[in-house]
Amino acid sequence: MKRILFIALILSPFWGLAQNVLSQGKISGNFQMDAQYYFQDSAIGAPDVPEKLLVNGFANLLYTNGNFTAGLRYENFLNPMLGYDKRYKGNGISYRFATYKNDNIEVTVGNYYEQFGSGLILRTYENWNLGFDNSLDGLRVKYTPFAGVTVKGVIGRQRFFFEKPQGLVRGADVDVSLNDFISKYKDAKLKITLGGSFVSKFQEDQDPLYKLPANVGAYAGRISMNYGRFDFMGEYAHKINDPSTVNNFIYKDGEALFLNLSYSQKGLGISLSGKRVDNMDFRSDRTQTGNVLNINYLPTISKEHTYSLAAYYPYSTQPNGEMGYQAQIDYKIKKGSFLGGKYGTNITLNFSKVNSIDRKNIDDSTYVSQPGTLGYSSSFFSFGKETYFQDFNLEVGHKFSKKFKMSAMYVNMIYNYAIIQGHLMETGDSLLYGDIAIVDMSFALTENKTLRLEFEHLSTVQDKGNWIMGMAELSIAPKWFFSLTDRWNYGNKDASKQFHYYNVGVAYVHNTSRIALVYGKQVDGVVCVGGVCRAVPASNGVTLTITSSF
Amino acid sequence: MKTISIFLFSIFLSCSLWAQKAEIKEKNYPKVPSVELKDVKGNTINTAKINNDGKPIIISFWALWCKPCQKELSAISDVFDDWVKETGVKLYAVSIDDSRSSSKVKPTAEGKGWEFEILLDVNSDFKRAMNVNMIPHTFILNGKGEIVWQHTSFADGGELELIKVVKKILAGEDVSTEGK
Repeated sequence: MKRILFIALILSPFWGLAQNVLSQGKISGNFQMDAQYYFQDSAIGAPDVPEKLLVNGFANLLYTNGNFTAGLRYENFLNPMLGYDKRYKGNGISYRFATYKNDNIEVTVGNYYEQFGSGLILRTYENWNLGFDNSLDGLRVKYTPFAGVTVKGVIGRQRFFFEKPQGLVRGADVDVSLNDFISKYKDAKLKITLGGSFVSKFQEDQDPLYKLPANVGAYAGRISMNYGRFDFMGEYAHKINDPSTVNNFIYKDGEALFLNLSYSQKGLGISLSGKRVDNMDFRSDRTQTGNVLNINYLPTISKEHTYSLAAYYPYSTQPNGEMGYQAQIDYKIKKGSFLGGKYGTNITLNFSKVNSIDRKNIDDSTYVSQPGTLGYSSSFFSFGKETYFQDFNLEVGHKFSKKFKMSAMYVNMIYNYAIIQGHLMETGDSLLYGDIAIVDMSFALTENKTLRLEFEHLSTVQDKGNWIMGMAELSIAPKWFFSLTDRWNYGNKDASKQFHYYNVGVAYVHNTSRIALVYGKQVDGVVCVGGVCRAVPASNGVTLTITSSF
Repeated sequence: MKTISIFLFSIFLSCSLWAQKAEIKEKNYPKVPSVELKDVKGNTINTAKINNDGKPIIISFWALWCKPCQKELSAISDVFDDWVKETGVKLYAVSIDDSRSSSKVKPTAEGKGWEFEILLDVNSDFKRAMNVNMIPHTFILNGKGEIVWQHTSFADGGELELIKVVKKILAGEDVSTEGK
């Protein structure tokens, strides 16, 4: 009650000026509702849903008035849809904040999302499709003392479904753009930005067996450079010993390195990335696993596939250790040339490979990752022998005429099922070798009506064998979308499991509102964003999605 | 806690009623909120300060993992020279790719030959401030920097709607009912 009075007191000046001041403010927001009605289908492995209907939803409201912004998000999981963490069950205000911002300073109280550098030691964000939200609830200050310099300080506790966890997170970050900071380099061709950050978490040690660090600190340094057509970005992060459930309670320090180099000119882009992660799982509760209470973000570097069969075996970051590289070339064959035709041809070539890190036991009496020990030793620059993931893919897109365009893609991948999914395939193998071919064609029927046909084929002798997929989508811009899909597991060695997964869908868009209705069967699989994944079980049902923003 | 939340919620609701009333009276369109983003050259850009010398601006949210977004930007790219000649319009393509792929945004966009201003919203701060839920989501600003039109999703031919709105703005026509 006292708190309410306190807030009322703070807000009272607003009430006094209500009509004048508030009418200058703006309310905006957005919402989404996902509802699925489930049919029984034990044949495809769909879990039984006693509630029949499950609904996830949220609404964001944002109030802005001059330098002041406040917002909140209401969420409901009644009950959580299949594939979302059951601990979301319930509803409430999961996010609320107030921010004051002027040219030099920004202060936020309540929940906020923040990222230091590329996120190797701190990134809080929210992704509805993943059911991921690790926002901090506390205080954040951003300050720009001089042009080109930004200092940030954060403190708070992270979101844990609808509960309050105990762990505290504190951090500071400095970002210096040398060209803005030193005025004589303002127009220099070489642009350099430097950054450094420190993050510490606090969680009491109540472990009966081990003496654990209650405060765990991590630091990172980064540089980004631009020189004409070349760009370089590098970040290194280090974390002190942090025994946890994920790393099997070893006392080894953690490290991560993330490098990107690229060259861009009109019609040609080349990008190279390299990454090493060693024991870098970092969360505000050492006993948690899965996508909860993560403090940092370890991006994967492989391509994020969008076609269904290419995305069926997606890689997810292995925070305990991985080392990999990636290269991509984007090239546009010029308009008017023999291969370019009237509109030009786009070619994208991409390759990525991720291996284990090299691990040696620290002495003869200790096995690798033995709990309560330093775990292992690892040489920073040598790859481990085990392949976690490899992906070679080539995509060619060409517009033949105003009425017809087509793109074709080929993917060759190696997927370490045992490492990524945590167990062997039913066939007893750990590595899956897949070849995927995709053709995507668009026929413009009229100025705003387009028929799109998609054919995909995945061939593999492991796991569930071959798949074929066909899709037809008719769009009537800008409002209507109709689609028909069939995905057939014709290569399953168990003939009784050669299912068809058909889907019929319709979507209607009205400015910023979209209503989509889909009926059909969903394949069990994994949904990933940025290397963070959630498993989705098979299902059979009707899904309704409504989104809007205002 | 619950009571406070309800209390705040009711404040928001009453605010929204006032705000809406005011809008009907004088059609005061929202402006672009202030968020600091990096462009692909490493410069810091404040989104509230983007301008096009009194001409309309298109802001399109996209990502490398979003097929329809790239389809929309490619479709615009094919005719963008004509659009600029006819209307002087400027396009900001705001990538919401996170650090997994943000360093690939520039080479990919250049590789495709796009001639847009490209901004990097690596932790979706601008996306949240603009209430973008699903992408592609496209906004059109009038010459005063006010958001007068927006649309989500893309189907081939949808780009024609965009240039139609831009031309109406230049002709001084009301576009708030466009597409309704």
